Amino acid sequence: MGKGVAITGMGIISAIGNNVAENYQSLINAQKGISRVKKINTNHVNDIMVGEIAFTNTEMEQQLQLPKTNNYSRTALLGALAAKEAFKNARIKDVNQYKTGLISATSVGGMDMTEKYFYDYLENPETQKYIEGHHAGDSTQKIAEQLGIKESLVTTISTACSSAANAIMLGARLIKAGKLDRVVVGGSDCLSKFTINGFKTLMILSDTYSTPFDDNRKGLNLGEAAAFLVLESDKVVEAENKPVLAYVKGYGNANDAFHQTASSDHGDGATLAMEQALKVAGYAPSDIDYINAHGTATGNNDLSEGRAIIRVFGNHVPDFSSTKAYTGHTLAAAGAIEAVYSVLALQNNIIYPNLNFKTQMKEFNITPQLTLKEKELKTVLSNSLGFGGNCSTVIFSKEQ
Amino acid sequence: MKNVYINSVGSISAQKTFDNTEFLNEITEYNDNVIFAVNPVYKDYIPPAAARRMAKGIKMGIVTSKIALKEANINQVDAIITGTGMGCVRDSEKFVSAIIDNDEQYLTPTPFIQSTHNTVGGQIALELNCKGYNFTYVHSSISFESAVMDALLQLQLDEAKHILVGGVDELGDHTTKIHKIINHIKPEAITPTNLLKSKTEGAVFGEGANFFVLSNEKSNTSYAEIVSVKTYNTLKQEALKQQAIAFLKEHDLSTNDLDLLILGNNGDVNFDAYYHTLSETFSKTPQAYYKHLSGEFNTASSFGFWLASKVIKTQSLPEIVRLNGLQTSQYKTVLLYNQYRGENHSFTLLRQC
Repeated sequence: MGKGVAITGMGIISAIGNNVAENYQSLINAQKGISRVKKINTNHVNDIMVGEIAFTNTEMEQQLQLPKTNNYSRTALLGALAAKEAFKNARIKDVNQYKTGLISATSVGGMDMTEKYFYDYLENPETQKYIEGHHAGDSTQKIAEQLGIKESLVTTISTACSSAANAIMLGARLIKAGKLDRVVVGGSDCLSKFTINGFKTLMILSDTYSTPFDDNRKGLNLGEAAAFLVLESDKVVEAENKPVLAYVKGYGNANDAFHQTASSDHGDGATLAMEQALKVAGYAPSDIDYINAHGTATGNNDLSEGRAIIRVFGNHVPDFSSTKAYTGHTLAAAGAIEAVYSVLALQNNIIYPNLNFKTQMKEFNITPQLTLKEKELKTVLSNSLGFGGNCSTVIFSKEQ
Repeated sequence: MKNVYINSVGSISAQKTFDNTEFLNEITEYNDNVIFAVNPVYKDYIPPAAARRMAKGIKMGIVTSKIALKEANINQVDAIITGTGMGCVRDSEKFVSAIIDNDEQYLTPTPFIQSTHNTVGGQIALELNCKGYNFTYVHSSISFESAVMDALLQLQLDEAKHILVGGVDELGDHTTKIHKIINHIKPEAITPTNLLKSKTEGAVFGEGANFFVLSNEKSNTSYAEIVSVKTYNTLKQEALKQQAIAFLKEHDLSTNDLDLLILGNNGDVNFDAYYHTLSETFSKTPQAYYKHLSGEFNTASSFGFWLASKVIKTQSLPEIVRLNGLQTSQYKTVLLYNQYRGENHSFTLLRQC
């Protein structure tokens, strides 16, 4: 125990870029990827805004050189692209050289195909190949295959919007316990009619650009994305003389045990998760330089999370911002997307602006960072909060 | 590192397993290719008004959790870790079909909320008011084993004392229908005793929930010690024997040291060869199987785990689960092996405590 968990590679695809470099450029140029939905045929097209990725499935199948007979859902396609970038970034040539696992996260899984062919499955044999691709583990199996991970620990976590943060947490624990030398962690979720209509029934979708931590916030924008990090043990880093991008320093997971979909008024779960992460990291609250907040821009989340941040940090709340206004809320992938953004923040000593903010919230006096800020950063804390009361916090650090 | 014990069980399956004082005393016969859980009286455990709104997966999960907590004589746990292949799949079906049938209108949130995979784990946390660690694993036939692995990691390192761990999956009509079309479900009706004689592809689909309190403190309710669990995303049939031997060797055991091998045979002619390989490898070891009683589902192996726990605690092996004629005077060391359609393999090693 007490071993370091190094991040040695990362990959991402989101509405603001098809790789790490493009995502960073959009972040520092305040370019959001939010628009009207184009690839999904929904009646709600004029009622919602989304963070959609430009590639069609066919384009991604070609990039991955998949045969025509493939049964990849969009979740699997996005995940495979991001995971491959992470592997390349970590300069992994021989996957079998070290004990390598994969922990992915998804909430949508193969639902995009299921909702398209739901009744067709019964009649049209051509569509039936997607039946096996519905369950949440399928995209993970495919990503493992793309990376050449065999006979190993490969699993999937689905804890709604905190899923990928939990994948990072489990990966870090497995490295610390010496169960794996290397583990690819992250998540992938595509847009679907299922989630659009689901969040619509909950009446938490904004009809315009989302405005995290704004007093007049109207709800979230859904987004699609995938991101993966390569975590490696000290042993691998040393043996391979690997450049380390950052470290996973702390993590915490707690349950709000308040309501199936809503967060408690005072953010009990989020408070516990942040406190636990600080404890694991061996940090005091004052050691945190930047908080990448969950900040979905729903009335409930931002109030509950903001109060939890105040409970943990008191009168000394560090700079904080939500990047959801750039990408939309990418559900199970969000924790991984924001992990990549947290590492980029550390590498570049940059705090991203919280876009679209106009009006201070009445319930408290903390205000997110509104402009791009250059500042020496040693640590970043990232929150991910979800349905089912699932609350997770991960802390990234520059130094071990 | 601390030892980890199975301190209690709670099971709802296609057999009457919710009563912990019994052990497959009477078998629920069937002649079908899809078998449903034998329900307890849910209102004995959950207020009827709440139960009416709950998906079956949630009800099965909550009731088996309550049975397990009661048997372990505890009111609270440090963590809740759930495995489920499909979550509350009926609600997923309901929501998708409503979107299509009503052209995205007149939808209500309940089926969407319940279709979220972590809804069972979240509802159990709500029911117990448990603010601790809460994870849900959703990886096909190793969903439950992933949950056990996570719990082992925490309990061995003493990061937690008591963890509620379980597997749960429910049957959904549409999912059943489409899996019949692609031959994942057997074309013919099967009775429990002729499952392994079947010459067709596919399995008999089932459903159920099996929850356990795992602790790093042995108690007078303990069933067995969990020595290890290991999962593999892929495994070639040729490599299986060697991997099984290597897994045992990690724990200083050889093939002769097992008292019982419990296999996940589901009668699928295309994939049971994996199990036959291990049957041959352990030809001198008593063997058992269980999917003729539980049916096949993503977390069916949690029923196998329940079976192994009961065998070790009662030191008896019901006739109905015997796979070969070998007898033994004691059940001390038990190995479980499972896979589904040639993927997501797992070994679980239990020991008398």
